[in-house]
Amino acid sequence: MVINMLNYLINGISLGSVYAIIALGYTMVYGIAKMLNFAHGDVIMVGGYISFCATSYLGWPVIPSVLLSIFVCTILGIMIERLAYKPLRMATSLAVLITAIGVSYFLQNAALLIWTSNPKAFPNMVTLPPLVIGELQISSVAMVTIIACIVIMVVLTLFTNKTKLGKAMRAVSEDKDAAQLMGINVDATISLTFAIGSGLAAIAGVLLCSAYPTLMPTTGAMPGIKAFTAAVFGGIGSIPGAMLGGILLGIIEIFGKAYISTQLSDAIVFSVLILILLVKPTGLLGKKINEKV
Amino acid sequence: MSMLKVEDINVYYGNIHAIKGISFEVNEGEIVTLIGANGAGKSTTLNTVAGLLKPATGSIEFEGNSLIGIPAHKIVGKGMALCPEGRRIFLQLSVQENLEMGAYTRSAGEIADLIASVYDRFPRLKERYKQVAGTLSGGEQQMLAMGRALMSKPKLMMLDEPSMGLAPILVEKIFQIIEELNQAGTTILLVEQNAQMALSIADRSYVLETGRIVTSGTGEELLHNDAVRKAYLGG
Repeated sequence: MVINMLNYLINGISLGSVYAIIALGYTMVYGIAKMLNFAHGDVIMVGGYISFCATSYLGWPVIPSVLLSIFVCTILGIMIERLAYKPLRMATSLAVLITAIGVSYFLQNAALLIWTSNPKAFPNMVTLPPLVIGELQISSVAMVTIIACIVIMVVLTLFTNKTKLGKAMRAVSEDKDAAQLMGINVDATISLTFAIGSGLAAIAGVLLCSAYPTLMPTTGAMPGIKAFTAAVFGGIGSIPGAMLGGILLGIIEIFGKAYISTQLSDAIVFSVLILILLVKPTGLLGKKINEKV
Repeated sequence: MSMLKVEDINVYYGNIHAIKGISFEVNEGEIVTLIGANGAGKSTTLNTVAGLLKPATGSIEFEGNSLIGIPAHKIVGKGMALCPEGRRIFLQLSVQENLEMGAYTRSAGEIADLIASVYDRFPRLKERYKQVAGTLSGGEQQMLAMGRALMSKPKLMMLDEPSMGLAPILVEKIFQIIEELNQAGTTILLVEQNAQMALSIADRSYVLETGRIVTSGTGEELLHNDAVRKAYLGG
């Protein structure tokens, strides 16, 4: 009974870690470009396919294939921003939102053309033995996912708080004109944010497909939406918030599936979101600074 | 020799013709002010010089080099800083981080010295260096905005309404600091609604009305100019 619960908890944290890594991309891009990049989920799918192709067709080992996938997604992210979003920098947020949905469909359909709709069986990327503690067994994928999530969180926090570029990123997210007056290249900073978010999406893609090894052009859509939910749940724009939101969402989802209903698990996840937002509209860690004038 | 030379610039916001052929210049070592009512185009003029807005026509030269077509983030490195209207400090960054952003174009080795000199001038900021800027009082925020602009070591410092929303005692303090900066060698271009204060420290001044310069002269002259007195100094 207790062992079962612990197992669910670890599965939840592991799934939640994937959501958290995706949510970081959403939250960083939102923080800086003030837009919801709904194509973010589909970058995950592209990341999955790239590492699938590298390992299954080209016979590459795991690490280089993951690096290739990060590289391709980073370039893809920068290109999406340049071609689709940058021309709309001055447009209404609704126009940008619709464009993002358009980019999402574009990526899904491009994947459909290249890789067809037949599901691909994603190879197991993490071939380590499971960790056994007494009766508790933790799969190596879950372990690697959780560790990756912690490492990413620590590195990103250090980057945004301690480096010149990271501080410039926070400055741009707060006030683009003032940032320009400091000499910060706003366009380059936005590109960098998309690059980081998309690189993380590639990692999330590999981890997600390792845990749920069916790869289809729509693979990224649902995790993308859930990670977006996680980002809002944690307080969109906040990096620790995305992390916390993602992990809580994963835990709620797995426990909902285990103890309430498999069919209703998504409904439970979104109900919790609605409840939280009713009580705290800025999300769990969302900040609202009182400006003094 | 003029440090900043603006000639016949026209600036539009969409269809609105905000600046209608303004020309003025700022000589090295001067304090020059632009005064005028709300909506006269004072801030628009400064934002255009700083590169945030693009003039449709006209020329802007800084130390003999044209600034037309140069993006805002490259202009600050040329030795010109704008302390914008409403302060626009980074509220979620700490005081020190705000100053570091001000020195974004300076080399890493210089930053510690620059920060020390800003703390020298504004001891209050030093006391609060770790605090998030959003928690500062209005006067402290204005000092931070000025300190941040000073971090780029500007030859020309543009200040947009530095006295806005401050208590009279703080306004005097801010103007005193502006004069000190000027005496230390920084050329000042100041936009103010507080015409009395601005004219009293200015070497020269331009009066703007609905996007045009209607009159100009030394601070002293304009303080005694009847039209200016009626319009801006309350008779």
